[in-house]
Amino acid sequence: MAKRIGMEVAIAAAEAVALCNIDVAAVYPITPQSHIAEHLAEIVADGRIDAEFITVESEHSSISACCGASGAGARVYTATSSQGLMYMHEILPIVSAMRLPVVMGLANRAVSGPLNIWNDHTDIMPQRDSGWIAFFAENGQEVVDMSIQSFKIAEDPDVMLPVVLNIDGFQLTHMVEALEMPDQKEVNRFLPDYVPYATLHPDKPVSMGTANMPEIFTEVLKAKQEALVNSKKTIIKVWKEWKELFGREYNPVETYKTEGAETLILTMGSMGETASIAIDELRKEGIPAGLIKLRLWRPFPFEELKAAVKGAKRLIVTDRAVSFGGPGGPVASEIRSAFYNEKERPIISSFIIGLGGRDVRVEDFKDIILKSIKMKKQDLDNIVFYGVRE
Amino acid sequence: MKQKKWPESWHEITPGCMVFEPGSAHAYKTGSWRAQRPIWENAKCIKCGVCYLFCPEGCISQDEKGFYTADMDYCKGCGICAHECWPGAIEMKEEES
Repeated sequence: MAKRIGMEVAIAAAEAVALCNIDVAAVYPITPQSHIAEHLAEIVADGRIDAEFITVESEHSSISACCGASGAGARVYTATSSQGLMYMHEILPIVSAMRLPVVMGLANRAVSGPLNIWNDHTDIMPQRDSGWIAFFAENGQEVVDMSIQSFKIAEDPDVMLPVVLNIDGFQLTHMVEALEMPDQKEVNRFLPDYVPYATLHPDKPVSMGTANMPEIFTEVLKAKQEALVNSKKTIIKVWKEWKELFGREYNPVETYKTEGAETLILTMGSMGETASIAIDELRKEGIPAGLIKLRLWRPFPFEELKAAVKGAKRLIVTDRAVSFGGPGGPVASEIRSAFYNEKERPIISSFIIGLGGRDVRVEDFKDIILKSIKMKKQDLDNIVFYGVRE
Repeated sequence: MKQKKWPESWHEITPGCMVFEPGSAHAYKTGSWRAQRPIWENAKCIKCGVCYLFCPEGCISQDEKGFYTADMDYCKGCGICAHECWPGAIEMKEEES
């Protein structure tokens, strides 16, 4: 039986991974991810799980070690933050191109410079096009659940792609939350043993990560694109299985009080919790506002988002990263593009919030929604750095 | 059966573009890249095998008399053998088209 406990979310993430019968973890500690690395190392050192914890000298090595171990047929896990992810950058598209189901927990933290260790999404956004499946967790329970789901999704023979689970640094990783930790039997029922498509073994020769000439490179990238797009079917299937076994529902796009809402605000990650309180208060004041939470970032859930936004006049997209000199926040510009060919589409405004640990309170979300309602058409092209001191 | 040189469509790409045929690089004849070819002057050759050791393509072999030759199907004409040959027995000569 699952136990309801109070636990720090980073510790809970390591505990959830430990339930997944991993063979190898290669993790280099970095704030605010370190507790995941430390606790997982402890679990392995205490002999609680039969796994190899590789103490690598850098993140470039940790992801490379995961790549090799996964190629050899191991179930592998890594975790990092910010600069660590930047250092992994070179290897990230290689892992997805080799179709290796590596699972990564990413404790989201601002990317330098200037140096800042606090939470935002400037680390994951530059890695957007690495070909990984990308999820955002909103609370501790989701971190536990999605860490376990990630292995099943990544390893599905129809998917065979790496997964990155975004876990807001500090705001999530360092919170002690009440959560239900599934027990080993339940996880075993949900997550079968990993059966690799191919393994590096001398008895059955296989070349992985081969060089591709111009005559084939386009076809290979097209195949990768199709694999990532098609993974959505499996993601939804696995989430349905999770609901049947554990009772908790997961959707690519989550909605909160969107019925009859004229104005919608979109968040990713932990800020959804704060925004939902703002929605409650606005609804009480008679303002028809609702909340959309993007759980699935890659593959982008176009159909689900369009269905969730249908009928709304306004959509406020919050971004916790900046595309310097670009058309807005990376999320906002993608969503604008997603709606471009729609006959009926909401007015979309782009608000950059919560950079480098800047707090976004319930009052701020209310203020953003109320400001956006009053925005004139000519103001909509502007990227709003919300709360910036002028 | 004649093997196709390239898959006809992206649907035929194996996951991760994995290759299950061992030694398949053998089918790719890199000799077509060559702009210069190594010519051995056996009178100067001391049969030390430095050319054989340094050839990045692994295409140099020893003949029955102990002298070295390169397999022109794979020799890219990089010139490393000539550079490393300290008795100066190898000369790179321009390929004539």
